[in-house]
Parts: sequence; C-alpha cells; structure tokens
Amino acid sequence: MIFATVGTQLPFDRLVAALDQLARDWTEELIIQTGPTRLRLENATAYPTLEPDRFDEFVESARLLISHAGIGSVLTAMTCRKPLIVVPRRMALAEHRNDHQLATARQLENRSGIYVAWQISDLPDLLNEPNLIPLEPSNAAQIDPLIRRIRGFIS
Amino acid sequence: MVGKRIVAIASGGGHWQQLMLLRPAFEHYTVHFVTTMNGLPEKFDAQPASIVPDCNRNKPFTAIYSALAITFEMFKRRPHVVISTGALPGVIGLAVGRLLGARTIWIDSVANGEEMSMSGNLARPFAGLWLTQWETVAEQSGAEFVGRVI
Repeated sequence: MIFATVGTQLPFDRLVAALDQLARDWTEELIIQTGPTRLRLENATAYPTLEPDRFDEFVESARLLISHAGIGSVLTAMTCRKPLIVVPRRMALAEHRNDHQLATARQLENRSGIYVAWQISDLPDLLNEPNLIPLEPSNAAQIDPLIRRIRGFIS
Repeated sequence: MVGKRIVAIASGGGHWQQLMLLRPAFEHYTVHFVTTMNGLPEKFDAQPASIVPDCNRNKPFTAIYSALAITFEMFKRRPHVVISTGALPGVIGLAVGRLLGARTIWIDSVANGEEMSMSGNLARPFAGLWLTQWETVAEQSGAEFVGRVI
C-alpha cells in the first residue's frame, strides 16, 4: 500500500489529482489524506483528515509515503523508517503562503530516503524506482546540542 | 528547580512534532503543553495540555479568538519559561509570557532552511533565546544556531 498525505490545513489538489490519475494503472492500493479538497477521487481511497491513530496505522502498513514537503510528514517518515517522496507546495500556484516548502526540499534533497519530485512529471519515474531506501531517524549529533542549549537557558 | 513551570506551545503538525523531539530539554520540569489539534497531546502522551484555536495571518478573526485563548492559558499557568517551535500561536504565547515575566525560547522550524520564518521575525522581540535550526539563516538573521531536529 502507498500512503499519501498533504497535511490537513491547505488544499494541495495538484498532487492529489495527479496521484489519483496515476493510481488508475496500479494494482497497489493508494490511500490519501487529502486535506480540504473538492476533488472526487476515482482510484484512491480518500480521507480529508484522519484521526492520529488511524493515520499511524496507514503509515505503518505503507510501503512508501508520498507527501507535501512539510516537516511533519518528513518527521513521520523518519520515525517509521519509510521511504518518502515529497512534492513541494508552491506559492505561485497558491498552494501555500510562501515558498518555504521549496527551501525544505532543497535542504533535504540529498538525504538518503527522501526523494524530491520538483514537478508532478517527476513522480512516475520515482514511483517506478524498485529500491527506495527508508528514511533514517534523526541524527543525535544534530539534535543533542540543541537540547543542551535549551536546557542550559532554562536552568 | 523542579518546581519551575513551563508552557510548551506549538501548532499542530510539524511544529508540534519538533516540540516533541525537544522534550528532553524541559520535561523534567512542570510542563503544560498547548497546541491546536485535538488528540495530539494524547497521541504523544504530552499532558497536561490545552487545545487552543489555530491561527495564521490569512484568518485575522480566528487569530483574535486564538490570541484570547492563548492569553487566558498564560494567565492561568503563570509560567517561568515559555518555549515554542511556532507558528503564530507560539508568537502570541511568547509575547504574553514575556509580559508576565517568563523567560522565553523560540526555536524556528527546521522547515525554514533559507530564511527566518515570518513568525520567527515576529517572535524576535519577545524571545530571550532566539534560535534557528540552520547555519545560513543564523548568519543572515542574527539568530543563534546550535543544532537541528533532523
């Protein structure tokens, strides 16, 4: 099963519609947390929002995650060690208030386990990739100094 | 020291997840969590917690409602320290916390890899410790960089 999520705050119909189209030719099940949308999906199972427990179940049983380039989705894929394809939202297409998702995607592009589809047209090739590597959890060397700094400031 | 009261506030989604990863920095104190999405505190076992309405700058009226709810929380908790990973609800939390004499910590979201977020810039005057998670953003904004959650 492939699980896709675009968060719950803003529509991302460009990605949702494209995935629904692609899924027409798949035998594998596609489940999408669509966020607010007016689209009627034909090939994917759609949920506007999912309760946290249900969301986790889908993530756990998915072979591959697809999402917008939101940090929540990246951290979810890390925690569950799943390969992640991200499609950054674009301000020019009114998909977000600014272009920080492009920045996120550029910063994370070289990390193993994250695959960036800069355009929808990049998706089919990524989806046909046979050996997608899972994303590894956060690196202690990065987060520990941050935790120590905050702890020091508080005490 | 253990009696120190901390309010840890973040909007639902990625901001909240980053706050959860930073819990080892403050969870040995008396923490009250504040977020915007029902079910999140239970899912992360982050309690006690309060839910406030979410806000962003596209919805000015909800923002007022949200600001009132956050202000109410702050007066109720009287924190010694307020810590936030964003977004706008966190700015309000820091501002009110500062007003009440709390020490305040802003950790700008790791999503902002090229420039300080708008919330981060808004939070700056209220933040005792103003952190970014990227070196380049630190150089350009004057925020402090020490590490990141991913």
